Amino acid sequence: MKKYSGFSLFKHSLKHHEDWQKAWRSPRPKKSYDVIIVGGGGHGLATAYYLAKEHGITNIAVVEKGYLGGGNTARNTTIVRSNYLWDEASKLYDHALDLWYGLSQDLNYNVMFSSRGVMNLGHNLQDMRDIERRVNANRLNGIDAAVLNTQEVKEIVPIINDSQDIRYPVLGASWQKTGGVARHDAVAWGFARGADQLGVDLIQQCEVTDIVVEQGAVTGVQTNQGFIGAKKVACVTAGNSGVVAAMAGIRLPLESHPLQALVSEPIKPIIDTVVMSNAVHAYVSQSDKGDLVIGAGIDSYNGYGQRGSFHVVEHTLSAICELFPMFSRVRMNRAWGGVVDTCPDACPIISKTRVDGLYFNCGWGTGGFKATPGSGHVFAHTVAHDEPHPLAKPFTIDRFNTGHLIDEHGAAGVAH
Amino acid sequence: MLHIYCPYCEEMREEEEFSYSGEAHIARPLDPESLTDAEWGDYVFFRTNPRGLHHEMWNHAVGCRRYFNVTRNTHTYEIYETYKMGEQPTVTGGKS
Ligand SMILES: Cc1cc2nc3c(=O)[nH]c(=O)nc-3n(C[C@H](O)[C@H](O)[C@H](O)COP(=O)(O)OP(=O)(O)OC[C@H]3O[C@@H](n4cnc5c(N)ncnc54)[C@H](O)[C@@H]3O)c2cc1C
Ligand SMILES: [Zn+2]
Repeated sequence: MKKYSGFSLFKHSLKHHEDWQKAWRSPRPKKSYDVIIVGGGGHGLATAYYLAKEHGITNIAVVEKGYLGGGNTARNTTIVRSNYLWDEASKLYDHALDLWYGLSQDLNYNVMFSSRGVMNLGHNLQDMRDIERRVNANRLNGIDAAVLNTQEVKEIVPIINDSQDIRYPVLGASWQKTGGVARHDAVAWGFARGADQLGVDLIQQCEVTDIVVEQGAVTGVQTNQGFIGAKKVACVTAGNSGVVAAMAGIRLPLESHPLQALVSEPIKPIIDTVVMSNAVHAYVSQSDKGDLVIGAGIDSYNGYGQRGSFHVVEHTLSAICELFPMFSRVRMNRAWGGVVDTCPDACPIISKTRVDGLYFNCGWGTGGFKATPGSGHVFAHTVAHDEPHPLAKPFTIDRFNTGHLIDEHGAAGVAH
Repeated sequence: MLHIYCPYCEEMREEEEFSYSGEAHIARPLDPESLTDAEWGDYVFFRTNPRGLHHEMWNHAVGCRRYFNVTRNTHTYEIYETYKMGEQPTVTGGKS
């Protein structure tokens, strides 16, 4: 595999960029593998990459029913931050944030991580109290966090409506300067290329239709390309996790909901940070192409349709227009939905199961993109050692029966 | 936008008039004292979350404010039937 560099870019420009080598192979599935990863989204690909890189397990297949990164990885609004309330969650997300900072170099792939700061607005006294509490908790955990007042918000985002006479006035915000956004496709592609390079087989258009379990242990998966044997099967299938778990007779405390987002036509640079509001279910950033990337809240009903109802989008845009009156005449280009796997405590499940050799990493719901490298990293450890990574330990399926929930609704909410 | 027929108002109305209340027909434990932690966890947190036929509760929040049941496909979003509380679905996709 050739290394990407400024020099290679120059060299290939002389040939009109027509003979770049393929970023990864497209192998046919082998008869069996040490580990099969079901789901070729960012989390699955990161798991494969770290399994190969840090645990020396390279006889791995990633089995994806569509194309790599075509699920929520390609559908999300790419907000990255780690300012969660509880110790368990903030440590997990902060571990991911640490990895974001070296990721492009590590993968030799520009994931365009841009630490432009993330702001969570407060609109009433209770919001501000919650923000104070969360920021204090963050600082005790060594996470970069600050409370801003209206004036300070306005200094960072001059176009925001700071009138106190609107329905949801901006009273202040929490501010994580080290957060930001990244290029979602590049994250999937970078991990895919890195994993392929280490010998991982990436198998696309291959849907897992059954998980084969014999005497309490997994032996492989049935797919539309036939049976593939495996000593271990690790499922990272986001919104479809409940369906996949049912194949092995396992129940998960997840509900799948549509979550929508939309982008505008490209405009000149106008907002250089990420602004989110849990209360009004709206958040916005501007991509490098210039389009406003806007996220909505989830549709309340269960849905696997990768689309939601229009009134949810309408609701979000009315909030955006109140916060940024100047956006009211920007045209929206595209809207879409993904299927998010929401968990009762708004925290993920990274867990062994009662079937030997079967693991699940799911429940990231509306906010798992930010965790992609960290999620893959701790899950790889969990799969390799058949023992949870210390940071993953609190996130087992058992917590819903023992009562050790990690309630992050305040920090996760619908906003990311 | 879903269009939902309220079996009490006997009218087709827009989704925005309703609020969703999750899976239907979950029976409350009759003898809560005797439940183990595991059973409580199952009752409180675990739902079937199927891809396909789903029986679910909706509330006609800005209409008659009554709860009723809907049989809906969670993949196509097609609504097969709505029925009153206490009634059983007629569309069950072979399962009952
Ligand atoms: C609109 C929207 C906005 C979001 N915004 C943010 C945000 O700003 N910040 C943030 O942190 N998070 C955000 N999220 C959440 C984030 O996208 C997800 O948590 C994260 O991308 C999940 O990654 P994944 O790799 O687990 O899932 P996915 O990328 O969905 O990958 C799962 C893969 O599994 C495959 N699969 C499923 N079933 C099977 C099967 N039977 N056989 C084979 N393959 C199968 C799917 O095809 C899919 O490619 C958002 C989500 C949405 C939908
Ligand atoms: Zn009614």
